[in-house]
Amino acid sequence: MQSLTRALMGATALCAAATLAVAQDDPVTITIATVNNGDMIRMQGLTDDFTEANPNITLEWVTLEENVLRQNVSTDIATSGGQYDVVTIGTYEVPIWAERGWLVPLDDMPEGFAADDLLPSIAGGLSYDGSLYASPFYGESSMVMYRTDLMEEAGLEMPDAPSWDFIEEAAAAMNDPENEVYGICLRGKPGWGENMAFLTAMGNSFGARWFDEDWQAQFDSEEWANTLNFYVNLLTEYGPPGAPNNGFNENLSLFQQGRCGMWIDATVAASFVTNPDDSQVADSVGFALAPDNGLGKRGNWLWAWSLAIPTSSDAQDAAKAFIDWATNPAYAELVAETEGWANVPPGTRTSLYENQDYLDAAPFAQMTLESIQAADPTNPTVDPVPYTGVQFVAIPEFQGIGTQVGQYFSEALAGQMSVEDALAQAQDYTTEEIEAAGY
Amino acid sequence: MARAVSPQRKAMTTIVVYLIAFTLFFPILWTILVSFNSEAQAIDPPRVLDGSWTLENYTLVQERSDYMRYLWNSVVIAVGSTLLGIVIAIPAAWAMAFVPGKRTKDVLLWMLSTKMLPAVGVLFPIRLVLIELDLLDTKVALVFILTLINLPIIVWMLYTYFKEIPGEILEAARMDGATLRSEIVHVLTPMAVPGIASTILLNIILAWNESFWTLTLTTIDAAPLTAFIASYSSPEGLFYAKLSAASTMAIAPILVMGWFSQKQLVRGLTFGAVK
Repeated sequence: MQSLTRALMGATALCAAATLAVAQDDPVTITIATVNNGDMIRMQGLTDDFTEANPNITLEWVTLEENVLRQNVSTDIATSGGQYDVVTIGTYEVPIWAERGWLVPLDDMPEGFAADDLLPSIAGGLSYDGSLYASPFYGESSMVMYRTDLMEEAGLEMPDAPSWDFIEEAAAAMNDPENEVYGICLRGKPGWGENMAFLTAMGNSFGARWFDEDWQAQFDSEEWANTLNFYVNLLTEYGPPGAPNNGFNENLSLFQQGRCGMWIDATVAASFVTNPDDSQVADSVGFALAPDNGLGKRGNWLWAWSLAIPTSSDAQDAAKAFIDWATNPAYAELVAETEGWANVPPGTRTSLYENQDYLDAAPFAQMTLESIQAADPTNPTVDPVPYTGVQFVAIPEFQGIGTQVGQYFSEALAGQMSVEDALAQAQDYTTEEIEAAGY
Repeated sequence: MARAVSPQRKAMTTIVVYLIAFTLFFPILWTILVSFNSEAQAIDPPRVLDGSWTLENYTLVQERSDYMRYLWNSVVIAVGSTLLGIVIAIPAAWAMAFVPGKRTKDVLLWMLSTKMLPAVGVLFPIRLVLIELDLLDTKVALVFILTLINLPIIVWMLYTYFKEIPGEILEAARMDGATLRSEIVHVLTPMAVPGIASTILLNIILAWNESFWTLTLTTIDAAPLTAFIASYSSPEGLFYAKLSAASTMAIAPILVMGWFSQKQLVRGLTFGAVK
């Protein structure tokens, strides 16, 4: 009887293997939703490598603006539309969507995927309940990018880990508005992923937090008043005109034209500002960790654009094969061969930061790694909080609340309301929304 | 008797009108100029006009995207939804203009009020219906949806034109034995051709520019030029020159159409404004 059972089990396993083999050879088309970032565009250009190795899989690309992509993908998953097989999402969405059962866990990836090689903080932000739900394509933190020539002229030396007070001193010293050079450029454009990404991370270093452990809004705290006053004063005194309208791209443009003494923003910008084809100051850029106030937390964030598979996909095996190709260590080698090491997607794998070729080609590599390692999404603030996320609160309501609060803070920066009024309105609005949501 | 206008005043008016026109057209002009520059020039306004033009952005956009597929989808969706809307709206506007009932005005206002509903409010129901009918990401679905969205405007415009046509002419046709169908097709429609033409033109432009439904209900097969433009917007990276090239390619057909039909458009938009 036992041998019969074994024979039956063996036959079943063989049938399953045969079915899988047939399934793997069946022609299949996967639709990949992505954003128009440099690394993503590069990936699209290299997909011949994938399709040659997987001739039965055809790739269709849907490239959309970030917010449209987020809306389309979430609507598609919620209505089981099945339009996408691979989606590009950020660290904010992954735990929320995984909790709702919208994403396929990536626990059974092929051996070459090397999940152990993923940077722990990045992998932690993309996991839920112990399982990885998205594979990081590129990761980023934030750091200080500064003009070494202007710092030298000002007689200052940037420490590797500056304080906010030093940043203010350096901004004052480099500020030269008559020649259209401004001490510091920071995000001012309202939005949960724009000024609030920066201000939430900055608030962490000032001891501020969005909520206490009982989900009570904390904008009436002294820490938030210190954060917002410092930010508004810094940009008003030493920032460029129109700062309330500036987001990542606007500040990138200003920095590349030599108009900013310092810029605190995403580490991924380092490759743009040091690229002589695009940047007029490529030869004189230095990097430092995001500032702190001596409270044990720095003002840097953590984000990863990652590839995930919606549960509504009917081509999950092919989607996994694609994600494995796009995010395993061999992809870095492929990019290095064709585009050079400096263009390899940064911030996802330990092995990349142990590769001397990469370290030689990317002068910002070490600072990027240290910035990513300095961010802790599970313990982001000085005082304890009931949420995860460094520059966001990982709850579905945060997009709406964060954008509205960002609007108040942007108005304070523009001088349309006082810092006190902005904080009071943020407190009222957040309290109302979070109570309505049942927290 | 017309009031005499001094040459100076005439010249001043002309200059002011040209200035306003230039101001309105400037963003489009700047987009076109930027599209012929490198990315480094695009972020530095004074360098946009330094004379070093390039077609590189157009080449790259063409290599990365299947422009003709997006264009074809836009043409089918814009023209299809407009023509379907016209076929439905002509009898509706005829009834409202020549056989008004007690509630005609209310119906007209109600139709217009549907335009005040935020589109996203019906996104989920429409999406679920399309999934059920297997029509997601199809041109047919977008033709129907854009028809429904623009129908109030089409009916209103046609109603305004039809009201200008004397009812006695239609009565005379009826006395000569014309059926309802021949009255509309052979008498009313030929008289209202200028109005119908400007309605068609305006609605093609509206459907061409519609971006909420065309972006949320399409992925690949039915994606029109709005999706083509959206694919060049970047959260992290300066691709203004390529975005400008994509935008120029997307608006070029409608810009050319608008240029050649501006007489009809202006006539349509100002019809009934001055009696």
